[in-house]
Parts: sequence; structure tokens; C-alpha cells
Amino acid sequence: MTTVPNEGAVPNVKTTVRPRSNGFLDGLKLLLKSPPALFGAVVFVVVLVMAVFDDQLAPTGANEVDIQNRLLAPGAGHWFGTDDLGRDILSRVILGAKVSLQVGVVAVGFSLVVGTLVGLFAGYYGRWVDTVLMRLMDVLFAFPAMLLAIAVIAILGPGTTNAMIAIGITYTPVFARVTRSSVLSVRESVYVRASRSIGSSDLRLLFRHVLPNAAPPIIVQTSVSLAFAVLAEAALSFVGLGTQPPDPSWGRMLSEGREFIDLAWWIAVFPGLAIVLLVLAFNLLGDGLRDVLDPQQRSALQAGRRTWGRRRK
Amino acid sequence: MTGLALRRTLQAVVVLFGVAVATFALVHLVPGDPIRLAMGTRFDQATYEALRERAGLDQPLATQFFTWIGSALTGDLGVSFRSGDPVTLLILERLPATLSLAVASIIVALLIAIPLGTASAMKPRSFLDGAGTVLSQIGISVPEFWMGIMLILVFAGWLGWFPASGYVPFSDDPLGWLRSLVLPAVTTGLVSGSVLTRFTRSSVLEALSADHVRTARAKGLGPRAVLNWHVLRNALLPLVTVTGVQLAYLLSGVVVVEIVFAWPGLGQLALQSVQSRDYPVLQGAVLLFAFVFLVLNLVVDLLYSKLDPRISS
Repeated sequence: MTTVPNEGAVPNVKTTVRPRSNGFLDGLKLLLKSPPALFGAVVFVVVLVMAVFDDQLAPTGANEVDIQNRLLAPGAGHWFGTDDLGRDILSRVILGAKVSLQVGVVAVGFSLVVGTLVGLFAGYYGRWVDTVLMRLMDVLFAFPAMLLAIAVIAILGPGTTNAMIAIGITYTPVFARVTRSSVLSVRESVYVRASRSIGSSDLRLLFRHVLPNAAPPIIVQTSVSLAFAVLAEAALSFVGLGTQPPDPSWGRMLSEGREFIDLAWWIAVFPGLAIVLLVLAFNLLGDGLRDVLDPQQRSALQAGRRTWGRRRK
Repeated sequence: MTGLALRRTLQAVVVLFGVAVATFALVHLVPGDPIRLAMGTRFDQATYEALRERAGLDQPLATQFFTWIGSALTGDLGVSFRSGDPVTLLILERLPATLSLAVASIIVALLIAIPLGTASAMKPRSFLDGAGTVLSQIGISVPEFWMGIMLILVFAGWLGWFPASGYVPFSDDPLGWLRSLVLPAVTTGLVSGSVLTRFTRSSVLEALSADHVRTARAKGLGPRAVLNWHVLRNALLPLVTVTGVQLAYLLSGVVVVEIVFAWPGLGQLALQSVQSRDYPVLQGAVLLFAFVFLVLNLVVDLLYSKLDPRISS
């Protein structure tokens, strides 16, 4: 993940910034040695498979109405039971995985790209670039996350795509902050100064030396943000601002199932469990990645991370 | 110290100005005529003209902004496009419900976090520590609205101990108020409590390994005295800040929980204003939330540097 080849110009310059694994595979092995991270990885792969092969895996379509078999309890034929229209809940949970993952990945991808660029330039150039960019991020950060997402949707209108944009904007400042502080810590490293001294351009410096070495906290943040993005998508869909019917979405299923909860607990239980498992998986992977990539940050971030996170939801 | 306080405050003011600009832009970023949209099918020319003039939408943008910000500073946030009521009044009506919920949630969260976090840290790797870690990890991953639905299912539906939803004002019936508060407060309290438990644990662990604690033990103080005088005092200091941030989040971010419990708070107001395209109400709510959020964070920052002299150096 962070194999940085020895640069021709400055061979064997050992930086002392942070211990680095020998390669992607070693890192992965180390990561999967921790049971929680392994659990997270397994759940993630399962959900990913569900999302990719949803049509093959789901016993029925998302909206195959079967009124005669409405509100069936879990059992043979319908493992997770059926909802008020007789739709198979297992199928809808499987089909909902796609929406959840898609929104999560696209939204976090947006925050990752925009936030990292902002943080990179702010941290590297400092001075007024830093001030302007980071104050802009502060403004975004000043809005409670859910409210900011709702406000963005108020402008753009409800829907899956707009939910992605809204969540993406909401989490951008976190990436900018994480990247900036990470960049500040490597900006004056020997290898950066060495490369600058032989006349490397700013862009080369930024993307070949600064970014790769500043990456570990950003990677950790990505996993953690995926957890929040999944939660945010579910919440937005729950209040009717995210994914619209007839598309199945876990949050939407919960809001629909709520009315029938006295008659059929399973309508509300299974989609919720799906959300918890996926979010838990991303959180555990994030913790595991931190242990592997960024051990120093561990104790300091254990709490701080959540502080950003929860208030951002 | 004063220098730091002054700088932080100035920064917050700058950010607040940015927040005001962004909030103001909200109405103008909406494609189409916001008043026409808000009035929908109940359109009539006279009301339209009146609202337009009242909202000052025929003025140049800069004039509009400064008029808006000027009246916001005096507590006038405009009138609702829907009902014609002053936005400030609508917000004030919702305040008691939101405040009750936020304060009750924080109390629940601290009642969980301080004993559990401290006990876990005192006996690391014990059964209690393991259980606490797993539970708080799960608590962090549970969507609050789903937690709320599950609590309603069990404690309102099956056991019938508490009302499933709704808010009883304290002045009407103090006991009913408390009963209506239990489920929503436990819902958000469990989630916030998970965050704070993790934080308390790592904070107490850190304090336990400090030199002065070793000294205290060496001079023969009993475990209880060491814990009370030397460990908790230091460990709970950072907890003040995190609790402040959590409170800021609770005051502003529990939109979805308010929906689950039909809780007539600010979050519900904000969401309703999006659904009914009542932009002045949304603007007012967003501005207030961001303001409270910023101020609380600032207070927490300053308080922390006051309490911990190391920060200001």
C-alpha cells in the first residue's frame, strides 16, 4: 500500500517518520491477523459479493408483490419473512446492499479526492492558501453533518445521486483536516527537502513524495468515513430524502417497516442488522488499518475520531 | 492565554460570517422561485407579492444579505413562507423539547461511560473490559433511528412500559414528561455513551500510566485514593471537551431520532421545512444550529485550555 521505492536521487535515506511495512501483502497479512479486522474484512467481502451478484443471489426481485403472503414470519421459503406487500425481505436486503455500498463509495470517493487535494495544497503551500482553504473547510465543518446534508438536499432535491453529493460534501472537511496535518508532518522531511534541492517541481514533490508518505491517516479516515457514509445514507433514506421507492434501500425499508412493527418485527430488524454489520465492518477495518499503518495515532485518535464522526452524522 | 482566546474567538467570528453567507445562499441556490415553490398549489398573487416583499427578494443581493444578517442579529429570522409565523417563534416553541432530549441524553451517556470506561481501564483485558469494548464498538455502529425503533418494539410494544412516541411538556405533566423522555434519551444516550466510554477508557488508561500516579502509589496511597485524587481528575478533564462536543452534536444532530419518536424538536422542524420547502425556517434553523455548534465548540476549546495549562503554552 505504501511501498515507496528508493528514489534514485537519494538512495537509502531512511526517514524516521513512521515504520513502514514491506509491501501491500505484508500489510494485508498483518491487518488480517487481528480478529476484529478479519471480521470486518469478511463482512465487507460478503456485502460486496451481495452487491455485485445481487440479481443472482436474491431469491425474488425487489418489488415482487405477493399480497397473499404478506407479513409472513421468517421461515422456510422466506428466511427473513415478508413485508406488508408480501415482498421477500431477504431479497430486498440483498438488493439494498448495492445502494448502500454505491452511495458510501461514491460519496467517500468525492470527499477523499476533494478533501485530500484541499488538505494537500493547504498543508504544503501554507500561508494564505492554507488560511483561505481551511477557513472554507471550517465553514463547512461548522454545520452539524446531518443538517448540512439535509440543506444540500433541500437545494438539489431528494434522490440517490443527490444523497451521494450531499454526504460527499459533508465529509470533505474531515479529509482536508486529516490530510493537512499529515502533510505538515512530512513537509519538512529529509527526502522532501532532498528532492526539492535537486529541483523537483512542486507537483512532483506533492504527488511522489508528500502524498504517499502522508497517506496512512487518509487511508484510515477513508474506512471510517465509509462507515459514516453508510449510516448517513440510511438516515437520509429513512427520512425520505435519499433513495426513493421503488429502489430498495435499508434506511427506506426501516421507515416503511416501522408502521408494521407491532405485527411483524422482522420488517424492521433485518435491514437494521444489515446496516449495523456493514458499519461495524468499516469501523473495525479502520481500527485495524490504523494499527498497521499509523500506530502512533492510535490512542490519540481512538476517541477523537468518534468526536468528528458522530457529530458529523 | 488571552491571546489564544482572542485568536480563537476571532477565528470563530470569521467562520460564523462564512456560515451566514452559506446559509443565506441556500435560498438563492434553489433552482426556481422559492416562494412560488413553497406556496405550491395554494398560490395566490396577493400573498405572493406580500411574501416576496417581506422576504426582500426584489432587492439587490447584497442589500438582501445585510438586511437579513442585520435582523438575524436582533433575533428576527424572517417569517415562514407557509404559515406566516415568525421563524424565531417557531424555533422557540421547539426549544424545550430539543433541550430536554439533549440534556437527558448526555446524562444517560455519562452514567454509562464514566463507570464502564473507568472500570475497563482499571482492569484491562478483563471480561468486563472485553465486553465493554465490544459493546461500545457495536454502539458506535448502530444507526440511532434503528436503535430507537428496536427500543420502541421492546419497551413500548412488547412490555408497554413507556409511550412509543410523542412529547409531554414538563409544565403539563412532569411525570409524563419523564416517561416520554426515557426512550429517546436512552436511544441517543446509548450511542453517545459508546463514544464516551471508549474515550473514558483510553483517557483513564493514559492517566494510570502517568508518573505522578506511580509516585502516589509508591508513597502508599490506597487504590481508591489514587483513583479519585490522581487518576480521575486528570482523566476526566479531556472528557469535558468531548462531552461538550457531544452536547453540541445532540443539540443539533438528532434529526432522525426526533422523527422516530415524533419528538417536536428543532430537528423535526428543520426536516419539515425541507419537505414543505419553507426556506426561511430552514435558514433560521440551520443558522441557529451552526451558531450553537460553533459557540459550544469554542467554549469547550477555551475551557480546555483554561483547565489544562499545557495547552496555552
